This record gives sequence, structure tokens and C-alpha cells, in this order.
Amino acid sequence: MSDPGPTNNNGAPLIEIEGLTKRFGAFTAVDNVSFTVSRGEVVGFLGPNGAGKSTTMRMLAGFMIPTAGVARILGHDVQTDGVAARRVLGFLPEGAPTYGEMSVTGFLRFCARIRGYRGQELHERVSHGIGLTRLESVRLQPVETLSKGFKRRVGLAQALLHDPPVLVLDEPTDGLDPNQKHEVRELIKQMRPEKAIIISTHILEEVDAVCTRAIVIASGRVVVDATPAALCEMHPSGKLDDVFRQLTLEEAA
Amino acid sequence: MRHILIIAGRELSAYFATPVATVFIVIFLVLQGTLTFNLGNFFSRGQADLNPFFSFLPWVFLLLVPAITMRLWAEERRLGTIELLLTLPITQTQAVIGKFIAAWAFCAIALALTFPIVLTVRYLGDPDMGVIGSGYIGALLIAGAFLSVGSAMSALTRNQVIAFVLGVTVCFVFAAASYPLVNDFLNRNTPVMAEVARRFAVVDRYQDFTRGIISLRDLVFFTTFIGFWLFLTTVLVDQRKAD
Repeated sequence: MSDPGPTNNNGAPLIEIEGLTKRFGAFTAVDNVSFTVSRGEVVGFLGPNGAGKSTTMRMLAGFMIPTAGVARILGHDVQTDGVAARRVLGFLPEGAPTYGEMSVTGFLRFCARIRGYRGQELHERVSHGIGLTRLESVRLQPVETLSKGFKRRVGLAQALLHDPPVLVLDEPTDGLDPNQKHEVRELIKQMRPEKAIIISTHILEEVDAVCTRAIVIASGRVVVDATPAALCEMHPSGKLDDVFRQLTLEEAA
Repeated sequence: MRHILIIAGRELSAYFATPVATVFIVIFLVLQGTLTFNLGNFFSRGQADLNPFFSFLPWVFLLLVPAITMRLWAEERRLGTIELLLTLPITQTQAVIGKFIAAWAFCAIALALTFPIVLTVRYLGDPDMGVIGSGYIGALLIAGAFLSVGSAMSALTRNQVIAFVLGVTVCFVFAAASYPLVNDFLNRNTPVMAEVARRFAVVDRYQDFTRGIISLRDLVFFTTFIGFWLFLTTVLVDQRKAD
């Protein structure tokens, strides 16, 4: 079931978002967001809290129904062809929710079985996920007894175990200590060549460290879509912090 | 189908991973036993059947089944795991049916553990095992009917207490629909509603089974009833999952 669907690695984007809009009553959380992500790209999704990052990612994962617009993963519309789209997607939801009463292995086995693996392959996939995220020491512990950092890594393992061509990670390094953050960034860098990756983050240094492109979103709208280097040049000081403040405060004003 | 069973398996083991399963089964058995032997005059009736047992069963289920279903969707939403579950490559219908089957299987386990009552009545006399068998089928169906209602109520809210109260209330409406108190009232005021209420009276249908009658009409009724509420659950989950 690890069939990657129609292979379009000759430059065609793996993630396509067109005019994605989400309104809650009179409030517009995401306003006409469009962008594409190709293989080999890591897009850093930046913005203040409540800017619409998680909402956009939820719509891309097919969890939230957009008010308008289309999101496609490997050409599969996430609304009309959701199962096919989700099969090639690794998604880490905000806060990395997991079933607390299950053991780490039990939880990952569940996810792998849902993704169609069985027998020896199932075992290999789970070990692969555990190995990538360094969960060996806690593999038999119930998830709810783990520290925040471990829980986050369990969520990450779940998103990675089927080696999906598209990764959407909502704050993958939140709650990790500096060493673990470093490890996760190294992991993302390693995977970069074969995948299209979107990560959302508050940590601006992360953008510099792993991303090939940064999208800044404020009040639901994309305000910048550029390389991290180009982003730095937007403020005389050349610091990402200043650029970020300038862009997002301008928008709010 | 494979996906449904994987989800059902995970859900069922979650019941047993927490004290919920033990507490539920113990209370169910104690309540059912007390009602049968004390209030139901099981011994002094001098009849080798399970009528006292089956006549209390719908009311015990009415109270306990919403306690199983209240967490079904409400908890997934509260903990955010619904976002994980529904972004796996499965359809929402598969998730809804899988969770329902887990809850149903759990009820079946609780029901199976009432076997000592069957053994007792066989030891004391010569009961009609066919009637007892069809009674158990009816019990399973009425549990399924209440579970499907409870699952829809759980999809309605992220608060488990609200899900429980709504579940008991809606199940009660269907359970009490055939009772003289309700029926006479409706007959006097709105005769049309009385007719409708009689058609949807789950306990009436269930009583056919406890008399040993398995009719196609009743089977179709329960299948349609469960199907309708599960469909409603799917719609509600779809609409409210991301709230």
C-alpha cells in the first residue's frame, strides 16, 4: 500500500494549494492562500499565533473542509480523493496527539497496520519509525507516561514510518530540548532530497537551519514567499527576528 | 473491511487498558443479577425461563450503554486524537463503523458473562433454550440500537457528560415509546404521534425476541435503526470534527 500514486518527480509540485480560504462565521482564518511545494523543498511556515498556519495545514491534510479553494497532494484532491492523498502524506497534527493508553510500539503498529503493512514489513516499518526518532528506550511504555519531548517524537514517528513523499509537520520541534531539536533538524535535512516538506514553527533560527523557502503568513494571508536569505535582506539589520516583526506587525496594524 | 477491524481492535483494547471495562462489566452484572433475583422473583416464580432477566435488561442498557458510547467521539475531539485518526488513510465511515463495532463487541462480552444465569435455570429446570437464544439475540440488537444513538450523541459534543445525558434521554424516548403512559398521552393529544411512536418502539420489538419470535420485520427494523444513527454519526463527525 506504499504505492506513491502517479509519480510526477519531473519537476511537478507534490503539494499544490490554490486559493485556499477558511472562514469561521465572519472571521476569515485563512484568506486565499496559494503556493506549491516541489520535491527537495522544505518550506518553513511562519507567522504569529492565530495567523492561520495550523488551519492551512489541517485543510491540506484533509481534516478541515475549506470554505473555498483546492489542496492537492501528488495530484490527489484532498477533499474528493482524500484516502489516496492521505496515503502519501505524513502528518503531524498540532500538539502531536496520540492515544495515551497505548504503548509506543502498540501505537505505531496501529498506524502501520492502518497504512496496510503486515507481517515482517509491519515490524520493519515500526522499527524504522522508532529508529528515526530514537524511541528505542521507551518503546514499551504507555505514551501518556512519557515526557513532552518523547510524545512529540512518537507523533513524528507516526508521520515518518511509511516513508511518505509528502510531510506536513505542525511545530515538530516544539517541546524538545536543544539536543533533540538539533536531531530533528538533522533528520529533516536528511530527508529533504526525496520529499516535499512543510514545517510550521515559531523558531526563526530553524528556518535558517533547515528550510529552503520561507512563507510568512499573517492574518490568514501570505505576506512573503522567499528564500531565507532573501527574507533576511528585507530588513536593514539582516536579522530574521526583525524581518518577522516588521512583516507581521505591519499586517496587523 | 480490514480498516474497520483494525480500528475496532484498537478501540476495544482501549476499553480494557483502562478500568472502564472492569467497572462497567462488574456493575452491569451486579445490577442485572440483583434485578433478576430480587425484583424479578426469579426463584419464587417457579418457572424455568429467563423472563425476569430479559425484562429488566433494556432498562439496565438504557443507563449503561450511553456510558460506553459517551467517550467514543467526545474524547477523541477533546484530546485532539480525532485529527490523527481522520488524517490516516481511512474514510470517516470506516472510523464510525469501527468504533461502533468495538462498543458492540464490548456489550457482547458483558452479555456473554451473564451465562451463570442460564446455567442456573438449566440446573433448576428444563427451559426452552431456543427462547433464551432468541432473547440474547434481541438483547444484542437493543444494545446495538442504543449504542448507535449514543455514538451520534457523542459526535455532537466534546463534553462526555453532555454526551451521556443526551444519550440516555434519546434512548429513553425510544424505549418508553411503547409504554401505556406515553402512548395514552399521545393518543389523547396527538394520535398521529402515537402511531409513529409505536413504530419506533425498540422495546416492543425486543420483547418479540424474548418470546422466541425472530421476525424479518424486527431484524429489518433494527438494521435500519442502527444504520440511520450511524449515518447520522458520520454526518456529525464530518461537520464538527474540526470545531
